[in-house]
This record gives sequence, C-alpha cells and structure tokens, in this order.
Amino acid sequence: MGWLPSPVEELLNVALVGELTVVRQDGRAITHPLIPLYDGEHVLMHSSTLFSRKLEHIKANARVAVSLSDEVAMKGNLDRATIQGTARVIEEDPHRQWEKLILELWRRKEPAIDQFLKARVALPLFFERAVIEVTPERCFYWAGGNTARTPAVSEAPGRAAA
Amino acid sequence: MQIDRPLLERLGAYPHLVVTWVDDDGYPMSVATTFSLDWTDGAETAIRLSSPSPAIPTDREVSVVGSHIRPQPGIGYDERRYLCVWGRATASGDGTVTLRAERAWGWDEAEMPFFEYSERAVPQSRRYLERLSLEQRREVKPRLALPWLILRTTRLPFLTATLVPVLLGLAIAARHAPFDWIAAILVIVGGSLAHLAINITNDIFDTLSGADAANVNPTQFSGGSRVLHYGLLSLRELSAWAALLYTGAIVIGLALLAIRPSWELLAIGVTGVLIGVAYTAPPLKLVYRGLGEIAVAAGFGPIMLLGAYSAETGRLAWEPLVASLPVAILITLILYVNEIPDRRGDAAAGKRTLVVRLSPAVVERLYLGAALLAFALVVVGVVAGITPWPTLVALLALPLVFQVYRGIEQHYDSPYTLMAYMGTNVKLHLYTGLLLFGGYLAALALTLIH
Repeated sequence: MGWLPSPVEELLNVALVGELTVVRQDGRAITHPLIPLYDGEHVLMHSSTLFSRKLEHIKANARVAVSLSDEVAMKGNLDRATIQGTARVIEEDPHRQWEKLILELWRRKEPAIDQFLKARVALPLFFERAVIEVTPERCFYWAGGNTARTPAVSEAPGRAAA
Repeated sequence: MQIDRPLLERLGAYPHLVVTWVDDDGYPMSVATTFSLDWTDGAETAIRLSSPSPAIPTDREVSVVGSHIRPQPGIGYDERRYLCVWGRATASGDGTVTLRAERAWGWDEAEMPFFEYSERAVPQSRRYLERLSLEQRREVKPRLALPWLILRTTRLPFLTATLVPVLLGLAIAARHAPFDWIAAILVIVGGSLAHLAINITNDIFDTLSGADAANVNPTQFSGGSRVLHYGLLSLRELSAWAALLYTGAIVIGLALLAIRPSWELLAIGVTGVLIGVAYTAPPLKLVYRGLGEIAVAAGFGPIMLLGAYSAETGRLAWEPLVASLPVAILITLILYVNEIPDRRGDAAAGKRTLVVRLSPAVVERLYLGAALLAFALVVVGVVAGITPWPTLVALLALPLVFQVYRGIEQHYDSPYTLMAYMGTNVKLHLYTGLLLFGGYLAALALTLIH
C-alpha cells in the first residue's frame, strides 16, 4: 500500500514531467526529465532502449530521486515534492511488458500515445521500453512550492521504524 | 558541451532549476530553486542559486537542471528541452550558493528534432539489448508485428515505381497485340518480387557499407528500411527474405519465358536484376560511383516498361521506349529528392550521388529542368506521332512539379519539413504514370470504337 502524503500523490497523478535523478557508476548524480506515473504504491517511469543509460545506472545503483517541481507540467499546482527511493528496472520483454504495466496510466496523462503507437512501424526502437519502478522511501514536500522553507519529511513505514 | 556564456545564458530561459547532489545516505537529493546569472565578478561560468532547504552541500559535486515542456491539452506536450550543468558549489556571504559550471549536457528539440535525436541513439539501444541478451541468456531484440515488418523491410509502398511502368507497358502492348491476361499478371507479380528483392539487397549493402549508420536523418521516404541497422532482422534473416523474393521472381520469369519465348525478354529481365543488385553491391556499386540516378532511370523506366511490353508482344518497339522516358525521369527525381536529407550520410559513406556532388542551387534548378523535360517529352511523343494524343492528360500533374520545387527551395536543410514535399514528389510520379496509363486506355477505347 502507498504511504505518500495525499498532496504528493496528487502531484504524481497530474505531472507531465518529473525529474528522475540516478547515480552513475562514478558516483555522480545525473537527472533525466521523464513522465512520472503512479499506481498508488510505486512511482513508475519508463525509458526507451534508445535512451537506456539511465537503466544501466539504476541496475548498478538502485538509489534514485524523483522531483516534481514544474507548475506548468503540473497543471498550475504550485506544490513541490522530492521522493527518494529504490528503483527496479523491469525489462524482461522490452517489446510488450511495458504495455501491460503502464500503458493505461500513460494513456490517461498523454492520450496522444495511442496515435504514436499506431505508427510504431516508423519508430520501432522508441517503443522497445523498460519500466522503472520506484519504491518510495522518503518524501520531501513543500506546500506552496517555496523550497526555501523546511519541507515536510515523511518516510516509508518500515524505514521510519528502522 | 562547451561551457561558455552562451550555453549558460540558455539556463536563463528556465523559470527555476532543480539542484541535485548525492546525500550522506547515498541517495540522490533534488530540490527546485530560483537562480540568477550574475557575472559582475567576471566569472562567466557562475550560477547564483537561492539557498533551498535542505541546503546545497559545498563539499561535493552538484548539478542543476533546467527543464521545459509546453503541455498540449488532450495530446501531450511539445517544446521539449533541458540542460544539465555540473560543478562545485560555494557558499556566498549573502546566503546564496554559487555554482561554478564544469560540464553540461542537454537537448533542445528546436535544435535537434526528436527523430534525429532518436536516430543518433540507435547504437546505445543496440548495446543495451546485447547486454540484456547476455544477462537473460537469450536473444532479446526489437520486434515489429509481421505485417509492419514486411512493410518496412520490403519498402512496399515504393512498389508504385514498378507498377507505373509495368501498367504502361501492358497498356501500350494492348494496342499492338492481343492481350494475354496470364502474361500480364505474371509480369506484374514477377516485376514486383524482383523490385522488393532488390530493395532488400540494397539495404543489406547500405548497412554493411556504413551508410545507414552515418545517416541520422532518415525519413519515411529516404534512408532505407533500416531493419538491419535497428536489429529488427539479422543479416542472415534479411538475406533469406531477399533469396525468397529473388526465387519467386526467377520462377515467374521462367514461366513467362515458357509462354512467351523471347531473347529480348530474357535479356531485359537479367539486365534489370543485375542493375538493381549492382546499384549498391560490389564490385560495381553504381550509386557510390555517381551512376545511381542513371541506374534507377534505366531500371524503372525503359527496362520495366519494355519488359512488360515484350512479355505481351514478344518483341520491342519505339513507342514503349518513348513512353518510358517521362516515367524514367520522374522516378529518378524521386531518388534525387530523397537524396537531399541523406546527403551527409551518403557523403560520409562515400556515396557520390548527384546531390552530394552539386550545390543546393544547382540541385534545385536541375530538379525543375528535369521535371519540365519529363512533361515536354510527353508532348514531343504526341507531336512526333509516336504516342497517342490522349496521353496529354498527363500534363494535369504538372502543377505538382512547382510545389515540389518550391518545397526543395525553402526546406533544403530541414529533412522533416521536406518530407511532405518528398511525398508530393512520389505522387508526381504516380499521378503522371496513372494519367499516362489512363491516356493509353482512352486511346485503346478509341481504337476499338473506330
């Protein structure tokens, strides 16, 4: 079950873009703008095999962060949040598996995806994809979006107990 | 990316930046903040960041990311761009933090279209899938549903290049000899199979030569099928497809010769396939020597048209040769315009196409001159009494010439904008061919009436 504060869940449900930060093998952080999806428990992002370096970084170091910061991408919602967590790359079948896992969620945010999928023949590698399943562990929430203020910090139940 | 003032000034277009670092627990931490590009101290690599909470660390590398999209309700978004800058942060006395930029990375779809961005990433996809195959101990490769794979691999829509001259040859033959439906069907199917086989052969040699990898601006009309380059099919699989199609074409060719024994037909069939294969295959590699346009004109003009004509009549004649000339020019102009977005990749792979060798202004003028010549030849054929007057109906397609010409002139360096005009150019060949065909059918009807 999900534990994220409901305002953060609202951000996840509307955001067209969030920033996924992963840690490279050399220890440096690298950030990728991606569309975040939310299944009520995990933050789900996805990547074409064309732009798959981030997947390799995650497989080497599962610690990631997802930030939601752009009011334009969040339909005017000024709140901001950053979710730290552990990511898992789901890639057994890059051709079909992502469709089963996230297509419905993706379609809700970006209905045009069906038009692109019909033209799959034109961009075959773009639709060979892996899913990045982020299990939230800690959440920073800035109501109103002023990040100069101290954020409300919440942690996953198991982590908080530990 | 080079760190300089113009690069960092691009950050100024973003309303806020997301600052990122690796925290003491080993997790990435990111937080949005406002910023300014204040270079009064002369340091043009400095980004002044408002101090957020949690505080930006000064003992490790941090990065800032500016990201932009324009939501399009009900569709998605466009105007995608982002810029990521890495460096070291130092605390300023006024409570802000100054980042000294050291490295940067980003993408702006206004500067590099998404299709090109994707095309440049194909090697990464190949590497990723190879590693995944090793991890999973089974081959993981990209796939397409079979109908799409057939469409893409054979470049099926380009079959109009065969159908136009073959139909014309059959229509002319129908005026000169009793019409044989079986021979007509065999020549259509055999010619089509040979064309598709040649398409695949050319793709194999284009990939092996490096031309596909060098071309980062393929369009739906240019750049080949890329099934080998993308890993959708292996070299062995693609070769098997070509062999199957060649076998079908040869069997049909032999059946045609059995019902219409003709040295001319045999010579035309063999010449056509040899030219098709030699287009990209060594040792001749005609397209690499600047002979590609002539090869295409010959193959999809006189050879196809005379082949269809002789399959019906068992002989050659001047009329189908004259009728083939406009078609030959217009099919060559399809190749010619398609070479415009391919020109850098072609040059890198050593393909000396006309577009590679000529300046844009000459390419544009040559297009207009050649297209007008094609229509002039339609008129000349009629005036000379070689072709029937109803074929003048083909002149109705003439306005398309000027549409394509203007498109080339205005969008020479914009492959994805040019794509619409490449489509119009394909229509120019198809419509002109079909109008000529219609003209011949009308002439046939008039002959039957009289």
